[in-house]
Amino acid sequence: MNPQLNPDGSLRHLLTLDGLPRTILTHILDTAESFMDVGEREVKKVPLLRGKSIFNLFFEPSTRTRTTFEIAAKRLSADVVNLNIATSSQTKGEAILDTVDNLAAMHADMFIVRHAQSGAAHFIARNVAPHISVINAGDGRHSHPTQGLLDMFTIRRFKGEFHNLTVAIVGDVLHSRVARSQIHALTTLGVPEVRVIAPKTLLPTGVEQMGVKVYHDLEAGLHGCDVVITLRLQSERMKGALLPSAQEYFKFFGLTPAKLALAKPDAIVMHPGPMNRGVEIDSEVADGPQSVILPQVTYGIAVRMAVMAILAGGTTA
Amino acid sequence: MPALLPDANTLIARLADAIAPTLTPNTFIVGIHTGGVWVAERLHALLRCTQPLGTLDISFYRDDFSRIGLHPQVKPSNLPVDLEGRDILLVDDVLHSGRTVRAAMNELFDYGRPASIRLAVLVDRGGHELPIRPDFAGHTLTVPSNQNINLSQLDDGHLTLTLA
Repeated sequence: MNPQLNPDGSLRHLLTLDGLPRTILTHILDTAESFMDVGEREVKKVPLLRGKSIFNLFFEPSTRTRTTFEIAAKRLSADVVNLNIATSSQTKGEAILDTVDNLAAMHADMFIVRHAQSGAAHFIARNVAPHISVINAGDGRHSHPTQGLLDMFTIRRFKGEFHNLTVAIVGDVLHSRVARSQIHALTTLGVPEVRVIAPKTLLPTGVEQMGVKVYHDLEAGLHGCDVVITLRLQSERMKGALLPSAQEYFKFFGLTPAKLALAKPDAIVMHPGPMNRGVEIDSEVADGPQSVILPQVTYGIAVRMAVMAILAGGTTA
Repeated sequence: MPALLPDANTLIARLADAIAPTLTPNTFIVGIHTGGVWVAERLHALLRCTQPLGTLDISFYRDDFSRIGLHPQVKPSNLPVDLEGRDILLVDDVLHSGRTVRAAMNELFDYGRPASIRLAVLVDRGGHELPIRPDFAGHTLTVPSNQNINLSQLDDGHLTLTLA
């Protein structure tokens, strides 16, 4: 049984996009669309989650994700508490659960969890009271479902449909929970061709089984793409010598205007942030006319509002 | 036995006649999704209103959200003019408990502070639960609480009222 679904098939937690049916993904994207105008109003709030308490549990640092979750919750009129919990390598399951139990005793309704260990959000979700929902805001290398969803929302906004697209994900797929979430969502939503482009050392083994085409050459992989997603080179997660140097990486895998020209002329460029300019992406591309990197951030608020509203509305049986 | 309900288009024409003398250039017509928008579109045309038509989806303002969750097909609200100081004519198909109208007024105030809001409904079926009454009603009747009046739009655009 999928731990993030209720017995009736509705969403109970959002932990991963792996295994979520297309109907739920589309429902979230449609709901996000209807939240888009809230940010433009005189009063940038709707009263849906009035009286609900949402805890941002960040065991790993984040600026953009935490902030957009906070804004999203506030636009839904929820009360938000941010906890940046510095975690030591000794942090074990017990300690996390103690934290969670204490917050539940403060009448929490929802936990938004970011953790360096894969599976942390699942672990919390398995151990919370029935009225509490958990949203995974990134766990280790595993999953970052709201980022994946906001990327799908961005693609749909700029490209309209999924069924006729070629999408390339470029860079450090090995360490990227974002890439895993994107691949699951893209294939579920019916994108016929998903490519990953990276050196062999930055691809997980068996990535082909996720339904993607693998390229080790950037130029060949970009040819004919509608969407180019660049990934951050996650040097802080690198163990051992996977790459000679950042300069060397940029030479072969950095997205420059000349390389982008190989994709379709109307291709969009995305990046989940934070960017390493001059490593995985050239500033000229990041700030160029094909870049939709800042709209991604704006859309992230509406998408997170949608997820929170759907979870909060569905859990009070 | 299906009760005899008046023709929706006749009621809309009657509503338009009642509203016409009160219309000013400052009046902004806003229909509530879905049936209220159909009625508002027709009133807007009959009254030759020069202002654009506004639409409101009150899903984010419902008072039963925590019980029944979010409506699966929320449509975006579209209020193309600044509400500050406007005279708003709020339009819905059926007035029952009044909760939809309350939610709509809450939403309108999140866009600005209108000078006034008046309510026009096609049918006032009774069963009010809030101190909300229509300024204009095409038809007034009392329907038992276990029955519903529905407005539907046929493929040819014709509106029809049914009691079930």
